[in-house]
Amino acid sequence: MLGCYHGINPGMGWLFAVALGLQEKSRRAVLLSIVPITLGHAAAIALVVALAQYAAPSLSYERFKVAAAILLVGFGVYRLVRARHPRWVGMRVGFSGLTLWAFLMATGHGAGLMLLPVLLPDRAMGPAGSMEMGHMVATPSHAPWIVTAGVHSLGYLVVTVLVALLVYERLGLRLLRTSWLNFDLVWAIALTVTGLIVLVV
Amino acid sequence: MLLKPDPTFYPSAKAAMEAPPEKLAYVAMLNATGDGRPDALAVVDVDPESNAYCRVVGQVEMPGAGDELHHFGWNACSAALCPYAPHPHIERRYLIVPGLRSSRIHVIDTKPDPREPHIVKVIEPEEMIRRAGYSRPHTTHCGPDGIYMSALGSPSGDGPGGVFVLDHYTFDVLGQWEVDRGSQYFAYDFWWHLGHDVMVTSEWATPNMIEGGLDPQLLLDGKFGHQLHFWDLRRRKHLQSVDLGSEQQLVLELRPAHNPTKTHGFVGVVVSLKDLSSSIWAWHRDNGAWEVKKVIEIPAEPADPELLPEMLKGFKAVPPLLTDIDLSLDDRFLYASCWGTGELRQYDVSDPFNPRLSGSVRIGGIARRAPHPRNPSASLNGGPQMVEVSRDGRRVYFTNSLYRTWDDQFYPDGINGWLVKADAGPNGGIAIDSKFLLEFSDRRPHQVRLQGGDASSDSYCYP
Repeated sequence: MLGCYHGINPGMGWLFAVALGLQEKSRRAVLLSIVPITLGHAAAIALVVALAQYAAPSLSYERFKVAAAILLVGFGVYRLVRARHPRWVGMRVGFSGLTLWAFLMATGHGAGLMLLPVLLPDRAMGPAGSMEMGHMVATPSHAPWIVTAGVHSLGYLVVTVLVALLVYERLGLRLLRTSWLNFDLVWAIALTVTGLIVLVV
Repeated sequence: MLLKPDPTFYPSAKAAMEAPPEKLAYVAMLNATGDGRPDALAVVDVDPESNAYCRVVGQVEMPGAGDELHHFGWNACSAALCPYAPHPHIERRYLIVPGLRSSRIHVIDTKPDPREPHIVKVIEPEEMIRRAGYSRPHTTHCGPDGIYMSALGSPSGDGPGGVFVLDHYTFDVLGQWEVDRGSQYFAYDFWWHLGHDVMVTSEWATPNMIEGGLDPQLLLDGKFGHQLHFWDLRRRKHLQSVDLGSEQQLVLELRPAHNPTKTHGFVGVVVSLKDLSSSIWAWHRDNGAWEVKKVIEIPAEPADPELLPEMLKGFKAVPPLLTDIDLSLDDRFLYASCWGTGELRQYDVSDPFNPRLSGSVRIGGIARRAPHPRNPSASLNGGPQMVEVSRDGRRVYFTNSLYRTWDDQFYPDGINGWLVKADAGPNGGIAIDSKFLLEFSDRRPHQVRLQGGDASSDSYCYP
């Protein structure tokens, strides 16, 4: 579910893929660029999930919970106060450049942080991802982080491909003017709220 | 911070042509009287339905005198939709208005009431010098990742000039843009091909060469700028310079194609030492190398020496003095201001390397002093200079002042400022709007910016 949300956000990847396709006048360029973009996004998610899971055994439930809440609220508030975006990229990017860009966009967005509640080392956890992946992380020390990140990224990939193709082939970019909601703002609020819920529940 | 993108942002230049007509124009006004009063930014009503049509309805004075307001630009524009650094929920709201002589940069808020803009921040020259090492700021473009500005020179008034960047949230000067400037020394205008990560810069001269007036000896010796520079926009490195030849003096306004998949653009040259003609050159990239070709030449016009200022008497001719060009958003019509001969030309540049003259209007001029149809008996001085085209390509606004000390050499009687509008046909042709003549009593108008954007305010990442 979170993967799908990230997939819809134009700032997370599909728009870059469409732009490169339009520049090259090729649908192939759209699809090819989604590969590194997904890789970068997945890497950002995997990094957070893996760190959390390796940290989990050494932390009590309470400590993990507080740490996750602080991270979520802290990052959410930071994003609310100070908007940022990368400065070093351009339109002529190769495979590694796109991968790094997607990694930075997802990391800067705090994309992986939202999975923290799911990774709480106890089943009694926050609501954010419980229905999605709760069963997989019931015993987190055995739950492979790569699966968590993989499931997320699959959702992301499917939505990114669908939106990119739909926009490239049919809808055109005029829809950006009306449909590009401030996903970053929504996300920052969601991070903060989730953090608070994690703390309280 | 907005919930939806600013409604004045368009993904492509083609889409921006569907924008509604502008209702207000902002005009930089120079106080040339020397009476100690400051320059100002005027708000002009350009809505034909309004009873204040063609009148100044608001004005903001600069805090100090002697700025020499010249060019200016928006804090944010359609480039905010670019995919690699997206921030479309920023507002097009602030005008970044540099003083070309004072090196003060004013940040002017056009909200809540766009008719009553007010200054919210002044960047002092010391900050620009400390952070960027430049002075005499000139062109402003809202880029995908910051506000880019060019500057004519170093703090001492010599070279090199270059480009620096402001943060588009805080307006802090982030620093000098160039990592490797190669052979570049002179600066003036800049713009880019966003789809190719290429910046183009042009050459006027150092501040010390121009601030006291146009030095005829420097001109005859071919000492002013005559090159174009191409840069890697992403790595901030000089790639190539192209020399137009030292007889081509003053290589000024750059108008790259708005379509980011293209690699061609146009640059105007003020004067050729060979025959006083002006010219427009088209650049393009061929097999990785940048090439430039002269595509338009505008000849000097013979004139009675009695009618000419000191500097031109011996030539018995008026040079066209092409000082500004502007390209419509569909990359189809190029406008050329001939400040000397008093003519605004329109070229069809559908084929950029074979332009076709598609329209012309006459007003002012050193020898001609052509009147405006609204008042056919009153001769006007100055000539078409800064030109701005509306997003839909149907209205063309232009003013008549160039640069204070140079104004006085070519129009020794002193420029009486005016703002004029011409209407453009959908398939070419221009005619002066006989209802639109705004004369400024004591200030000289320079660049015009249209509310919501115009043909030189925005950059696009999508074709």
